[in-house]
Amino acid sequence: MLVFEKSRPGRGVSALPKCDVDVLTPSDKDLRKAELHLPEMAEVDLSRHYTELAHKAHGVNDGFYPLGSCTMKYNPRVNEKIAALPGFTDIHPLQPARTAQGCLQVIKEISEALCEITGMSEFTLQPAAGAHGEFTGLLLIKAYHLANGDTQRKKIIVPDSAHGTNPASAVMAGMEVINVDSDDKGLVDLDKLREVCEGNDEIAGLMLTNPNTAGLFDPNIKEITDIIHQCGGLCYYDGANLNAVMGWARPGDMGFDCVHLNLHKTFSTPHGGGGPGSGPVGCKEHLAKFMPGVKVVDFDEHSDENMLSFAKAEASLGEMKNFYGNFLVAVKALTYIKMLGKEGIPEASKNAVLNANYMMNKLKGAYDMAFDPKVCMHEFVMDLSRQAKETGVTAMDIAKGLLDNNIHPPTMYFPLTVHEALMAEPCETESKETLDDAIRVFLELNDIAYSDPEKLHMAPVKTPVTRLDEVGAARHPVLKYEFE
Amino acid sequence: MVINKDALYAKTHEWVTFDGDTALIGISDYAQSELGDLVFVNLPEEGDEVTCGEAFADVESVKAVSDIYSPVSGVVAAINEELLDAPEKINEDAFGAWFIKVSDITEKGELITPDEYEALCEAEE
Repeated sequence: MLVFEKSRPGRGVSALPKCDVDVLTPSDKDLRKAELHLPEMAEVDLSRHYTELAHKAHGVNDGFYPLGSCTMKYNPRVNEKIAALPGFTDIHPLQPARTAQGCLQVIKEISEALCEITGMSEFTLQPAAGAHGEFTGLLLIKAYHLANGDTQRKKIIVPDSAHGTNPASAVMAGMEVINVDSDDKGLVDLDKLREVCEGNDEIAGLMLTNPNTAGLFDPNIKEITDIIHQCGGLCYYDGANLNAVMGWARPGDMGFDCVHLNLHKTFSTPHGGGGPGSGPVGCKEHLAKFMPGVKVVDFDEHSDENMLSFAKAEASLGEMKNFYGNFLVAVKALTYIKMLGKEGIPEASKNAVLNANYMMNKLKGAYDMAFDPKVCMHEFVMDLSRQAKETGVTAMDIAKGLLDNNIHPPTMYFPLTVHEALMAEPCETESKETLDDAIRVFLELNDIAYSDPEKLHMAPVKTPVTRLDEVGAARHPVLKYEFE
Repeated sequence: MVINKDALYAKTHEWVTFDGDTALIGISDYAQSELGDLVFVNLPEEGDEVTCGEAFADVESVKAVSDIYSPVSGVVAAINEELLDAPEKINEDAFGAWFIKVSDITEKGELITPDEYEALCEAEE
């Protein structure tokens, strides 16, 4: 039942405090004419409504959540505690910088930490999430080429294993996408890349994740970025998979010119509805003058006090979001970085990779691994084409079966280069017991696929809602409540 | 798998039939079964130019969005508007559900016979 259906006229919470400022009466033209349909209900019913919805969902606090390329790691409570400090919450973006020095200090420190982790020289916290970060990075690349008079550089190379948002962001930025196929190991095909790039003065750049979406670290990464630079292009690093290499390898050292990170993945802040997200973008010196928003600098030149203040980049591409991005998310991420410290950051990545390899090796006998790697990074891709052919049980059916076992399914049908893909990313925050339990479930489901496939076609049966009509929902989406 | 013996095929799983100076283009039955239930189709507009080997439309299934490549170069003379509201028609009858009609054909890509196409699909299985 929707909150609107539970609404009763006149019921409600009248908790508004007495007005303690001058009352301003808006003119008639500023007043809303149509009735505003706000649900009216008692606090207790409202509270129960949202608790009920929470029970129907599966979050990282409910159970294992190995959603590939999403890094659903546990979000430590201390992050929330720090972000709830009044000095961070009771501020206004327009108050004088001299009265919010602690907040400026946070922006400065997290920018420095992210620079250190990625090998970049500057960061902006404005982008609201990953794809917004991609878009920002591409605008930086575009601004660079335009400033050099290279108006013809409009082509962005994206490998076929890339995240779907990469080509979409490129098109949004007014670029044209060139797809480059992967080789049979699932890595960038160097010959094909050279073929596209050599002597091509229309190449604006390359977008790449490393490790890639098959969970493989591309050992030719330096050669790849060199090929792009040689033809005058720039390299953009999609930070979706940074959790595999954080503290071990830096995009800057791999030859990337700019990156985006997902604080809601790698740096333990909440995802999705629990967000908001945050997709800071970092760049090297040669792109710094185009950065959006403002950065924190040491001295305010209009004052003789020794204080932090804001400064704008000389050829800034403008505002990607108002003010300083999702600031409180940055507070949480900085808390995480400080809690882990210089030793903890690489340790987290090490365990993420270890956990993925442990699961992959335990599942290898029952599930075929795409590209059959000896070692994976923080995630691995199962290919269920064999099961689909022999039993009729698809990746979707196994995913639904996992739900009955209180496990969130891995990412399905991605990367597109693998037909019946299930892409699992266990994360470093899971114990051996959790992994062993999940492994047992995966193996059982594979047995059921061969003994009683119909059972998996029917799954899930234990969840609050059972198998949904995905096709119907996609063909005829109902996106809003129709008031009578 | 249904193979229309009257059509020619592109290796990227489009079918094409020629009628005088025009061509009718759609996707194969094998392609629709690999894509799964289609939920959205994006078609060009009448008068748009299509180029051999380049995408002219895209289809979205519950799994993914895929480009559809043109097997010929020419001008879009008509589009099958019915598909926009009922993409399931492609799943029901891939050969009946044509995407576009092309006129003023200037170039044909590498097209294979129904038998060759059947062999190609079997090899992909």
